[in-house]
Amino acid sequence: MAAVSKSKWKLVYADPEKCVGCAVCEFACSKDNEKAFNPMKSRIRVVRMHPLVNLSVTCRLCDPAPCVLACPRDALEQSEQTGVILVDDDKCDGCGWCIEACDYGAVVLHPELRKVRICDLCDGDPECVKWCPEECLDFVTKDAIAQKQRVGIVQKMFKEALKMVPL
Amino acid sequence: MFGYAGRITRVDLSSGKVRHEPLREDFGKTYIGGIGLGMRLLLDNSKPGIDPFSPENPLILATGPFSGTMAPTAGNGHAFVTKSPQSFGVAEAKSHGFFGGEMKRAGYDAVIFEGRAEKPTYVWIDDDSIQLMDAQHLWGKSPQETEETIRDDLGDIYVRVASIGEAGEKLVRLAAILNDKSRACGRCGVGAVMGSKNLKAIAFRGSRDVQVAKIDEFMEFVKMIHERMKGPAARKYRTLGTPENVLVLNSLGALPTRNFTNATFEGADRVSGEYLNERFVSKIIGCLSCAMRCEHIAVVPEGEYKGTVSRLEYESLWALGINCGIDRLDAIIKAMDVCNYYGIDSISAGGVVGFAMDCYEHGILTDKDTGGMDLSFGNHNAVLDTLKMMSTREGLGDILAEGVKIAAEKIGNGAENYANHIKGVEMTGYDIRSLKTAALGYAVSFRGADHNRHGSYSPDVAGKVNRFKYEKGRAKIVMDTEDLYTVIDSLIVCKFSRGTYYEGFKDLAKYYTLVTGIEMTPEELRLAGERINNVGRLYNVREGLSRKDDSLPVKVMTVPIPDETVSKGSHVTQAELDLMLDDYYATRGWTKEGVPTTEKLRQLQLDDLTYIVKPEKRE
Repeated sequence: MAAVSKSKWKLVYADPEKCVGCAVCEFACSKDNEKAFNPMKSRIRVVRMHPLVNLSVTCRLCDPAPCVLACPRDALEQSEQTGVILVDDDKCDGCGWCIEACDYGAVVLHPELRKVRICDLCDGDPECVKWCPEECLDFVTKDAIAQKQRVGIVQKMFKEALKMVPL
Repeated sequence: MFGYAGRITRVDLSSGKVRHEPLREDFGKTYIGGIGLGMRLLLDNSKPGIDPFSPENPLILATGPFSGTMAPTAGNGHAFVTKSPQSFGVAEAKSHGFFGGEMKRAGYDAVIFEGRAEKPTYVWIDDDSIQLMDAQHLWGKSPQETEETIRDDLGDIYVRVASIGEAGEKLVRLAAILNDKSRACGRCGVGAVMGSKNLKAIAFRGSRDVQVAKIDEFMEFVKMIHERMKGPAARKYRTLGTPENVLVLNSLGALPTRNFTNATFEGADRVSGEYLNERFVSKIIGCLSCAMRCEHIAVVPEGEYKGTVSRLEYESLWALGINCGIDRLDAIIKAMDVCNYYGIDSISAGGVVGFAMDCYEHGILTDKDTGGMDLSFGNHNAVLDTLKMMSTREGLGDILAEGVKIAAEKIGNGAENYANHIKGVEMTGYDIRSLKTAALGYAVSFRGADHNRHGSYSPDVAGKVNRFKYEKGRAKIVMDTEDLYTVIDSLIVCKFSRGTYYEGFKDLAKYYTLVTGIEMTPEELRLAGERINNVGRLYNVREGLSRKDDSLPVKVMTVPIPDETVSKGSHVTQAELDLMLDDYYATRGWTKEGVPTTEKLRQLQLDDLTYIVKPEKRE
């Protein structure tokens, strides 16, 4: 397969303005991957720290990926096509070095299998994004996130002007 | 099992013994879960006539069959059931948030807390492991601090906690049990019963899978409910939220103001849902598994209460604001925060403060009683001070902590005329003097004054009936919504989502079967609703409650609405109440005294409970 530019890698992005911490994404993820409802088996996890502070967190497709570098058994490999971290269950012994290496807490240990699990983007059609009732989750490139942020800051700076200028 | 965990567990707080037993197979279909299962367990696990605060009164915590699943609004529910220290009949209260899902994943349909711990204790349930933990360092702490401290102690941010505040510890009869910081099993004094057991908190962590029977069909059904939740059925809750009621009820002359002195509020515009959302609501969030989002988080942006953050629903806004003559939302948000901090039911708390203010205005309570505090309607500082005094039983607060019924008996001097309660439970925010279908629903509710046992304000408010006059036949409307509401509270589906089950029992029966794999027809589910209503009634009958307790507050029956509004002059007469009750009992197939007949109980497959009604030969 021809190499894909890394700028085309898409990840699951949660908009902090929209996320309400309902964890529908966790249910959708564990149902799809494990055929059961269990947040401990979800590859996306919600943190609610305060009624106003909620966010779903999952794999950021780091490049190079610290989890891959940290694995002493070469059980993790990053797909060049999609950027997802592939886990070789035969090699993974659940030691958890990758969990420590991940700044985002996006690597989870399967409670029964004792193998790690990382978001695999559901082969390019993430269930969590499909189910998110708030449309807070999106499946986008990092460039798209940057564009969104850029538009946001310009809107904020020209808030008054925008009231007068029809766009 | 699917949906259900298949296990009921007893925790004896006196001895520390734990016993597990399987959930009886027929109990699922017969009592569903939640309050249905809880009330049946209460009947089976308590002796008649016990004091609600005695170690013999079990505190029952139950999940519903949907708890732990992805079912929107239902995946997160739990209920407490016990004998009420307010009504001395059945107490039941539900809450949502995150707690119920965790409890199910830990593997419990119900946990029955028995006895009384020797010293402050919290119960830590981590899957199969159940430990009684020292809670002396938590005693006196707010539910929010308690939750944080337990999570820190156990080192796990996903531990879910239900706890009481100082009010529950001090047996304040309107104490609540809070979970996830600001969600509450509020009504009937369940928090005081928990306090009487020296039980500060219950903490859960569950790692089990929750499985549903027909996963693909279930997901399709959930998708459909998600879509419906984006539509008109949930519009109110997603937009202005329940405070939308303020202006609606005000225009109908059905907004109880200053402890039911008036039925319209001149300050309504300043405490309306519109004003709240415009000025204070900073984000609308949702519970675990929900696709609806109703929780309007209000933040006070300026002034003396700047930085106060709280959810605010209509009922709390009404009780702590309008019922006390308060027209400042910042002070009402602060009052809500104070209720959460001490762990009291905000509805009953506002009812008590309004009662005290009314007594003060009529000279029944004086400056001597209040310690010099000006308890006039509209004094928001007095509301905040009284909430604190009541929660900590300081000064006058010690009497008020008993709730309006018992407080009025202690105060005497005609105070009972201002005590707006039914069966000892404080009124909620509908002026039933001009909502007469609702008046019947309130009178017969098995947990005392409440709009959520029957929802029969709906035909009145919507103008489907003549709300100023009770007509025979309305009992059927009340009974039908009661039966639906008990099913909703047994599945522990959130009532805010009720409109999304377009076909009522039919939708809910299908939902139940998809989750549990247990065949259920709409008629069987309706029958379960009727059965559960009868079980609630039977518990009250066993505890000595009867027709005389299906009453209405003195003001509702003797003080016509004085305001120059459409509802002017409206109130409920004794003759009207008698007509309501006769109609209702006949419709329910009960005796004139409001006791289920043995024939009715047999029809509901409650043969084993006929002993409660038989000795009195009431048929």
